[in-house]
Amino acid sequence: MGNVLSFRDLTLGYDRHPAVHHLDGDVPDGALLAICGPNGAGKSTLLKGIAGVLSPLAGRIEGKLPDHAVAYLPQAAEVDRSFPIDVYDLVAMGLWRRSGLFGGIGRADRRLIEEAIAAVGLEGFEARPVGTLSGGQMQRTLFARLLLQDARLILLDEPFTALDAGTVSDLVALIERWNGEGRTVIAVLHDLELVRVHFPQTLLLARTPVAWGETREVLTTHNLAEARRMCEAWDEDAPACAPDMPSHGMRVA
Amino acid sequence: MYDLLIGPFAEFDFMRRALVGVLALGVGAGPVGVLMMLRRMSLAGDAMAHAILPGAAVGFLAAGLNLFAMTVGGLVAGFAVALGAGAVARATQMKEDAALAAFYLISLALGVLLVSLRGSNVDLLHVLFGTVLALDDATLLLIVSISTLTLAVLALLWRPLVLESVDPGFLRSVSRAGAPSHLVFLALVVTNLVGGFHALGTLLAVGMMMLPAAAARFWTRELTALVGVSVLVACVSGVVGLLVSYHSGVPSGPAIILVAGGAYALSVLFGPVGGLLLRLMPRRHLEA
Repeated sequence: MGNVLSFRDLTLGYDRHPAVHHLDGDVPDGALLAICGPNGAGKSTLLKGIAGVLSPLAGRIEGKLPDHAVAYLPQAAEVDRSFPIDVYDLVAMGLWRRSGLFGGIGRADRRLIEEAIAAVGLEGFEARPVGTLSGGQMQRTLFARLLLQDARLILLDEPFTALDAGTVSDLVALIERWNGEGRTVIAVLHDLELVRVHFPQTLLLARTPVAWGETREVLTTHNLAEARRMCEAWDEDAPACAPDMPSHGMRVA
Repeated sequence: MYDLLIGPFAEFDFMRRALVGVLALGVGAGPVGVLMMLRRMSLAGDAMAHAILPGAAVGFLAAGLNLFAMTVGGLVAGFAVALGAGAVARATQMKEDAALAAFYLISLALGVLLVSLRGSNVDLLHVLFGTVLALDDATLLLIVSISTLTLAVLALLWRPLVLESVDPGFLRSVSRAGAPSHLVFLALVVTNLVGGFHALGTLLAVGMMMLPAAAARFWTRELTALVGVSVLVACVSGVVGLLVSYHSGVPSGPAIILVAGGAYALSVLFGPVGGLLLRLMPRRHLEA
């Protein structure tokens, strides 16, 4: 089984300040990977880099997937909830790759949309304006759209923040279904219990990787304390990073 | 009744031309206004109108009251501002509203400078307030063509424009159509304003776009219906405004926009979607 993504001495950041510093490693095809770490550790930045929203400051991300095989759900999805659009139409956007700018949505597509809405438990909500949805219902809607995107690599940035237990377990079941279908899922998560139960692989990030591998070996008390210590603040006067600085990277076994 | 509503149009050729002009403007400006409002660009139209003014004035200086020169001048100034602001907003960290403000102010100042350099005492009233009662064949053709073009382009770009308004991040992640369709939309705004200024003047032309759209928001929550209501309000305001102007002798451009303003005020008061009256009438809450 090949790698779906490889990071090569990857540095991502803003205004030349690194948020992810010299990351090396491979994500195997079909992995179910959690990214953990304190606030400001570069987790969201790394997902943005993978999604192609942010260009690397140095190094590169090698991937064999074409752009359109990646689905990305940002931390705070930018959905304008005052816009007059209903659940059905928002979910239908997931078919963009098939329908594109001008393509029609046929009977088969309608069935897919209805199935996706049913899969996230929102039957009967099709005609509801998105402005009337609760936080959990909104996240279910966005997951239904992800479902339709039919992506090989799915990136989720803190998908369970502020959701109740029932919604989380429904959405985790969807993630496991995606993984069972051979898709790669990378999720930024803060709930370490949830990661221990459902995610076999974890990357613990504190700008530089603290540990990356089997979840139970990564999420140790020692590593977590180390991550907290390493996550210093943004330094206005930080010197330029020496080009020959040894890589802090590590590789999955 | 005939004398009140039909007579003016049946009797006078200039009223019939004005009627065709305002209906065509309403059909084009209605949907553009709805998209502007939903994209939180309600004030961008006004900025754009200020940007067009100097272009049209320069055209007027160069060739007098010439349809072609003023149209081209307006389009050039409007496109330069729209594209410049759009490009800066997308390439740098600056938000579009700030970029637009910067560009239209530069355009306005440049226009005033050019006009004063020529030193002539230009009658800019035409550009400011339009002449809906003196539309010739060429101008009518221009307005109708612009409306037709607007509807065709919106039909093609409807999906990316809606998607970019609802969830710009998602559109960026699946397609590169967002930025180009936004720029095409800005170009449509400019084109519609240039069409509108021949009839209503640069500043009032925005009213035909934004007031009907703002009024429509109080009548429906559904996007397609919003466009329909907006076009309806724009066209009815145009017709009623012309009639008011004909019967009472007030200038027609402001009359049309004031009628649209009246429609907006009624919508704010009585509209079923979040209108004031419904808010003030306490009703028992529902069971579920």
